Amino acid sequence: MTGANSFSVSGYGPERAGWTRVFARDSLARRLDWPILLSATALSLIGSVLVFSATRNRTEINQGDPYYFLIRHLMNTGIGFALMAGTVWLGHRALRNAVPVLYGLSVLLILLVLTPLGSTVNGAHSWIVLGGGFSLQPSEFVKITIILGTAMLLAARVDAGDRTYPDHRTVVQALGLAAVPMLVVMLMPDLGSVMVMVMIVLGVLLASGASNRWVFGILGAGAAGAVAVWQLHILDDYQIARFAAFANPSLDPAGVGYNTNQARIAIGSGGLTGSGLFHGSQTTGQFVPEQQTDFVFTVAGEELGFVGAGLIVLLLGVVLWRACRIARETTELYGTVVAAGIVAWFAFQSFENIGMTLGIMPVTGLPLPFVSYGGSSMFAVWVAIGLLQSIRVQRPMSA
Amino acid sequence: MTNIPETGRTPRVQIRLVVIQILVLSLLGTLGGRLWYLQIREGAEYAKEASGNHVQQVVEPAVRGSILDARGIPLADNETRLVVSASRTDLLKQQDDGKAVLTKLAGVLGMDPEEVLQKVRLCDAETPQPCWNGSPYQPIPITDEATAKQALQIRERAEDFPGITAEPEAVRRYPAPGKSNTAQVLGYLSPVTDEEITKAQDTDSPYLRSDQVGRSGLERQYDKELRGKAGVTRYEVDNLGRVIGQAEADAAQPGSNLVTSIDSRVQRVAEYELNEAMKEARKQWDRNTQEKYKADSGAVVVMEAKTGRIVAMASNPNYDPNAWVGGISAKDYKKLTGKSSNYPLLNRAIQGQSAPGSTFKVISTAAAVEAGYAFDGHYPCTSSYSVGGQVFKNFESENFGPISLGRALEVSCDTVFYGLAHREWQKDGGIKPKKSANDYFFKAAHQFGLGKETGIDLPNEVTGRVPDRAWKQAYWEANKDAWCKSGKKDGSYVEVIAYENCLEGNQMRAGDEINYSIGQGDTLVTPIQMATIYAAISNGGTLYDPTVGKAVISADGKKVTEIEPTSHGKLPISRTTLNQMDEALAGVATRGTAAWRFAQVGWPQDKIPMHAKTGTAEVYGKQTTSWFTTYTKDYAVVMTISQGGTGSGASGPAVRNIYDALYGVADDGTIDKSKALLPTPQKSLPTVRTDGTIKSPKVAKDPAKEQRLSQQGVPEPDESQPAGTVQQTGTGTNRDTRRRRRKRGSRRMCT
Repeated sequence: MTGANSFSVSGYGPERAGWTRVFARDSLARRLDWPILLSATALSLIGSVLVFSATRNRTEINQGDPYYFLIRHLMNTGIGFALMAGTVWLGHRALRNAVPVLYGLSVLLILLVLTPLGSTVNGAHSWIVLGGGFSLQPSEFVKITIILGTAMLLAARVDAGDRTYPDHRTVVQALGLAAVPMLVVMLMPDLGSVMVMVMIVLGVLLASGASNRWVFGILGAGAAGAVAVWQLHILDDYQIARFAAFANPSLDPAGVGYNTNQARIAIGSGGLTGSGLFHGSQTTGQFVPEQQTDFVFTVAGEELGFVGAGLIVLLLGVVLWRACRIARETTELYGTVVAAGIVAWFAFQSFENIGMTLGIMPVTGLPLPFVSYGGSSMFAVWVAIGLLQSIRVQRPMSA
Repeated sequence: MTNIPETGRTPRVQIRLVVIQILVLSLLGTLGGRLWYLQIREGAEYAKEASGNHVQQVVEPAVRGSILDARGIPLADNETRLVVSASRTDLLKQQDDGKAVLTKLAGVLGMDPEEVLQKVRLCDAETPQPCWNGSPYQPIPITDEATAKQALQIRERAEDFPGITAEPEAVRRYPAPGKSNTAQVLGYLSPVTDEEITKAQDTDSPYLRSDQVGRSGLERQYDKELRGKAGVTRYEVDNLGRVIGQAEADAAQPGSNLVTSIDSRVQRVAEYELNEAMKEARKQWDRNTQEKYKADSGAVVVMEAKTGRIVAMASNPNYDPNAWVGGISAKDYKKLTGKSSNYPLLNRAIQGQSAPGSTFKVISTAAAVEAGYAFDGHYPCTSSYSVGGQVFKNFESENFGPISLGRALEVSCDTVFYGLAHREWQKDGGIKPKKSANDYFFKAAHQFGLGKETGIDLPNEVTGRVPDRAWKQAYWEANKDAWCKSGKKDGSYVEVIAYENCLEGNQMRAGDEINYSIGQGDTLVTPIQMATIYAAISNGGTLYDPTVGKAVISADGKKVTEIEPTSHGKLPISRTTLNQMDEALAGVATRGTAAWRFAQVGWPQDKIPMHAKTGTAEVYGKQTTSWFTTYTKDYAVVMTISQGGTGSGASGPAVRNIYDALYGVADDGTIDKSKALLPTPQKSLPTVRTDGTIKSPKVAKDPAKEQRLSQQGVPEPDESQPAGTVQQTGTGTNRDTRRRRRKRGSRRMCT
């Protein structure tokens, strides 16, 4: 712990009574980052409408209840919100102490996926079906524990004042910590998540002040790894086909290029203001696959047009912008590194998800933060919001 | 909030955080830019693609209109067949993609289940026939020969056959009422080509892959009217092709009915008589070629003289137009287009051309009068006419002394016209023509409408040919190389001709014009042109565009569009000359070359004045072409038989029989109005009932046979009597008597 004026929320604040506590200069409400909170909430709500539009007619998956996915998405948002509150309440520093446990748990969970308990969805063996319509995608939580774990290792000696930058030994430790779950996820294979994790590691290393050699080393290794993966046929056929279709979408419009083509048609046909909510022919006709999850952005593109789709990009921009500020404004490196990791995660995942619907990125199975339907993803991103809020709340007050 | 100085924070981290922030912003900027590009810049393009994605068209064919004769009897109509079809969309919704239903259906229809399954699969590069190459949203026909019992089985147990329909559907039929064939006039349909489908794709009347299009005759000429407009229903579909809503629907508009001026009874008589005449001609000996006449083809046109409407038009050889229905077989197609069958698809009334022979003399007469020769003048009809060592003989070398132009027409004297043409040729400068040559004889031919289409409402009419100076020059330029190569001064007949043509084929020689004046040489005319000309002489000089179509009546009967007669000119003859010519042509029938076919064998000339002109055209290397052009005040009848003999000899009896049928004239010259098929042209259109159907009278079994019976005064056989009985009791003996009678006539001619 650094600095005498660092501030803990619970238990340490001055005792005040009633609503004055809420509005006090140093109160929680005043210190929360409201733009992030409101943007994330807005994205989740927009997401619920889009998910509803994409699923209300799909009797084969909504069990005959048009509101099935809408209610679940709102429920997930609620749970996510609670998880955020819990995270803020606990504080990211308290969580730092729990990192070994959380990390161990998350690695255990993804290992479970590889056992017969796991199941395969869309070619990726990355799910644990819990029954009752619930399932878990542990790779989403691993993203958080990687951020927390690497941040803990990299920032420990710097925050203690022993060093200016993390030394090589620490970096190697951090990389090792990240590599274990990444290898497991790669085995699933969930290539999209691996890519996100690589980006997280890059972001974390950058923010920690680790030597440039490490940063460029990782980039070089990533490139070499990609070539190796391609050459050694580690990828499944469906993954290669996706990349080929990305390079040339008209190659096989009825086959692997279908997703990209239909997604682009859906978004392109939206025009400036879209066809109106629930009036998109591509959406109603279910031409775009996975439209409530990975391709949810196409619903916005078609039915809400440039205005609606642009608003989503803008809201994500607000979240990322504020997150960057949080990273810059906190005094302890641990908070900075965690925030930077989250920025890298959100930024890359959003870019990849929206980019693939727009035909500028290859298709991978990544959800759009807050907007896509899916509990695990929703919980994870809200926990991340909680971490960001905690970092901001516990930063030193300005004069 | 301002930046806070903090402990342990180094510039390196701070800079890197800014780098991260810039990277993040640029990523978001990229997304925004791409979004703008797709939605705003290319938005319209994608919107179009999206609408193509989710809207599918189902085209419902329009019922093709009927072609009716002047009394409303269908010459081409539609037959209802029970068609069992399967809807792919419905089948795919079933668990096994409809396999069970199709197998059950095969059982009901008595078909092989494998075959049924193959019929509903979609054609692609790897799928061989049978397969469906139409739209997958179109019901796919399994069979069009379902029995009523099978259809009932399917319809009664609809729940057992989801996606299967058994509906009556219209299929083209040529019923040949009263044995009339009319094949070449009606034309035929054949399936639409890919090219036509592509062309009509974006029009308001798109073709179905299964559509039939009129390819010749009336079916082609009036294709647009007959076809109607296919109904188009647009369905919104989802990604699996399941229908999620009906966007818009245009109901099919059935095609209009075409009422023609054809009278199916007269048509039958014309066809029958033409065929009989050709059969008879084939029994006759041709002295020139020392073999029997071949009579390989022929045509007859019966035209209303005052309107140009076609009452009957027959071409021989003919064929059964039903061969085209439901797709023609390769064997049939070969038969219809082969040389051995002598091209029965040709309508020789408008597509057959040959030299007109003496029937051309009305044009020469008009030309002579125009050139200043008095109609009533005296012109020597010698037995031959010599020009520069060349001798042009009169027909059978007859000599009538000095006669008028009228008499020259009556007896068909060639030498009179030789003389006139030769004098005109000399006046025009002979072999070195004057700049302002009058060319009366050629001008007249053009004014009579020769050398160009008559404008009949049938496709692919040919023009014929007037061998005037311009044509000779063009023809010579096209052929001189070949002529000069093969021509020899002292070679065979052909080689000598080629030699002469090479030297002076571009010039109008005396012999050319002399030959031309009697319709020989390079002149070519079609029967329809001659009918138009003789009808014009009958009606006082108006050259009508011949028409077969009389009115187009919409399917509901509410809209009747009459096709009015139009003319393409007047004959270049004064009223007086026309009357004189009319008289002379009547003379042909009473005392001239056709008298032995009319006046001398009981034609009631006082009640029905008959006018005629015979023609026997010589064709190099072939037997003579028989021409017979006739008219009364109401009708013009023109018959020609290729390689058939003389005009009155080969075609005469047939034309006489057609007139007998039209007017109800018996062999003894009595007129029985009740037997007359059409004593005056049919003016009114058939009655249209309120539901749009058209009334038609009862159709006689065979008007031609009945006609021949009634001429002899044998009571008309009861229609219920079987055909075989009719043959035995009447026709056989009847025909013998007729032949005897005609022979008597011909003897009289010789004496």
